[in-house]
Amino acid sequence: MIRLISFGVGAIFTLALLIAAFLPREAAVEDPAAKFHKPHMHVEFAHQGIFGTYDRAQLQRGFQVYKEVCAACHSLHRVAFRNLADLGYNEAEIKAIAKGYDVPSIDDKTGDASTRPGLPSDRFPLVYPNDVAAKAANNGKAPPDLSLIVKAREGHEAYIYSVLAGYETAPAEFQVPEGGNFNPYFPGNVIAMPKPLSDDQVTYGDGTKATVEQMSKDVTAFLTWAAEPHMEARKRIGIGVLMFLSVFFIVAVNSYRKIKAAVNSH
Amino acid sequence: MGFHWAKKYEPQSGLEKWLDERLPIIRLVHDSVGAGYPAPKNLNYWWNFGSLAGLFLVVQIVTGIVLAMHYAANQAVAFDSVERIMRDVNFGWLIRYMHANGASFFFIVVYVHILRGLYYGSYKAPREMLWILGVVIYLLMMATGFMGYVLPWGQMSFWGAQVITGLFSAIPVVGDDIQTLLLGAPFVGNPALNKFFSLHYLLPFVIAGVVILHIWALHIPGSNNPLGIDVKGPADTVPFHPYYTAKDLMGVVAALIVFSIFVFFLPNALGHPDNYIPADPLSTPAHIVPEWYYWPFYAILRAFTYDFLGVPAKLWGVLAMFAAILLLFFLPWLDDSKTRSARFRPVYKQLFWLLVADLALLGYCGAAPAEEPYVRISQFAAAYYFIHFLILVPIVARLETPKPLPKSISEPVLPGAAAQPAE
Ligand code: HEC
Ligand code: HEM
Repeated sequence: MIRLISFGVGAIFTLALLIAAFLPREAAVEDPAAKFHKPHMHVEFAHQGIFGTYDRAQLQRGFQVYKEVCAACHSLHRVAFRNLADLGYNEAEIKAIAKGYDVPSIDDKTGDASTRPGLPSDRFPLVYPNDVAAKAANNGKAPPDLSLIVKAREGHEAYIYSVLAGYETAPAEFQVPEGGNFNPYFPGNVIAMPKPLSDDQVTYGDGTKATVEQMSKDVTAFLTWAAEPHMEARKRIGIGVLMFLSVFFIVAVNSYRKIKAAVNSH
Repeated sequence: MGFHWAKKYEPQSGLEKWLDERLPIIRLVHDSVGAGYPAPKNLNYWWNFGSLAGLFLVVQIVTGIVLAMHYAANQAVAFDSVERIMRDVNFGWLIRYMHANGASFFFIVVYVHILRGLYYGSYKAPREMLWILGVVIYLLMMATGFMGYVLPWGQMSFWGAQVITGLFSAIPVVGDDIQTLLLGAPFVGNPALNKFFSLHYLLPFVIAGVVILHIWALHIPGSNNPLGIDVKGPADTVPFHPYYTAKDLMGVVAALIVFSIFVFFLPNALGHPDNYIPADPLSTPAHIVPEWYYWPFYAILRAFTYDFLGVPAKLWGVLAMFAAILLLFFLPWLDDSKTRSARFRPVYKQLFWLLVADLALLGYCGAAPAEEPYVRISQFAAAYYFIHFLILVPIVARLETPKPLPKSISEPVLPGAAAQPAE
């Protein structure tokens, strides 16, 4: 009985699937953007690899690019000013940086909404009061918060770098809509963000030449830190854990071997 | 329970004797995972995966309880609370990465554990209850993992919940009501998030309870073994402790090494980047994919594209997806070959490996976008999945001529083919 039911159920599912499999398909419509799309570029960072650590000088340069360029449109709302200590800034420097930002507050006399200079314990403030305002100011696309952007995109650092450094003039056959910008690394090739970086846009204090590639790389490294601030501790502890477990494994293998030999000789 | 030659527990000290007469808990441990539990001497490394499943259940419960101390199940703050765990809670990143990767490792070891059972015929008499309880655990794990993935309230959390609970609306007449009941509202929102958190906290303890039944059911007939033949006498077994405790410990350390490589060096490799974007009901991700451990079943779900017999394709997909798992309950009766181990079943052995390849193919299609050629491939692969379990397995059980079995675990009569030294 169970066999009959089983054959019946199996036959019905199989038939439903095979009929569907042999039905003709609509010809796939070709995505016009696909022809011009490019896979992300290859870039290397000091923080990659098992032993990789962040390059502090690069993070500071990247922070400078963020502060002077990107912060006009993008917030970094999950990062607090105090976290900048990771980049090698001292307390006084962090206080000064925080002070440079106005954060929302309440006037303690009238109770009205107001602003006050930032403190190290504050997070980077939002750029726009809400999403609608962010969209309205940017051709209908809100600039995303950058705190997690490196972890939130397929391709991670390499992709972010490619988008920043990969603006090109659109090929003649490709129609870029009003308010869009051609970028073959961005899905669909049209991005609402105008090319944010051009050579010598910032002046680096350490004398590094501010090419588009350099700035893109620096700000990408900075955003990687922003997304994964505990990466160095994570890898350091990981190496310790693996060393401990390796020794433990050898001990466990030896004790098992001994026990096995004792049992087999019984 | 157990074999008559099992070593009896003898309390060593006065205190042990006192305790034994009141609460024989040391006896229980001795008889179930100690020297008093004889286990076949020829178990191979595939038998390590049961204890590994237990390991990862414990990892999930311990890390989950710590996460719950800092997590807030409210749609306005859930994502932020997870990010606070990652940034501001001491070692929060470690706990969270352990929990997220621990779920994947739990599924990996359980999949190996299930495939081990399929290969060596561990589901057959007298272990049917053991197998059924295992399938119950697997179903509970699927539900727990799904609801856990919703908690961080990222884009994939939200849209995954949308797609999966949307399946229930395919059920005629009562579908929409069932969906509303599951979500606590007609949409995925705060009521659903609260409900899922509550159940995500509860179900692992239900799993732990079923695991106890599972192990109880195991101890009645004892473990199966690579030869799939019954234990005949004391020469066929070794005491669980210290033999298999030492072997399981070795497996546990090896598993922790691989686990650590992921937690510390590839913590997001098994996750989806979109889940680092806060949930946004107004923006649908380009490809909604569930976690990797659901891919084969997701592929089966999407493989049905034709309204066969006037029944909507979507309903077929839902029925087939549930049937694909539920049919495992009936496997002990679908396969009534008396020979357990695939070592002695030449045809079944080949079917087993075809099934493994088929599952890999289904998994691959489940991760891919619903486009050609993936849809067509998944249609053939899904059909083969049902053909395997519902048609080939029952037929082969009847028609196949098994190879001769060795006389016992300790004295192989067939040179080469039988009892390997205990491995
Ligand atoms: C004039 C405002 C503006 C400035 C300045 C700006 N951006 Fe953007 N950015 C946008 C907008 C708008 C979008 C959304 C684009 C879209 O979705 O089409 C965006 C998107 C992005 C994205 C996401 C791309 C994706 O895959 O979705 C990244 C990364 C990014 N910007 C980085 C930067 C960095 C780094 C800087 C500084 C070097 C910067 N932006 C400066 C407006 C700006
Ligand atoms: C069967 C065992 C369990 C499985 C398979 C499991 C699975 C998961 C998964 C897949 C996630 C999403 C992880 C992510 O991507 O962020 C998650 C999150 C979570 N789980 Fe579990 N879990 C289990 C047990 C538990 C237990 C016992 C608790 C609480 C006591 C718990 C509490 C949480 C909390 C608070 C979150 C949200 C935080 C986060 O997303 O990291 N889990 N779980």
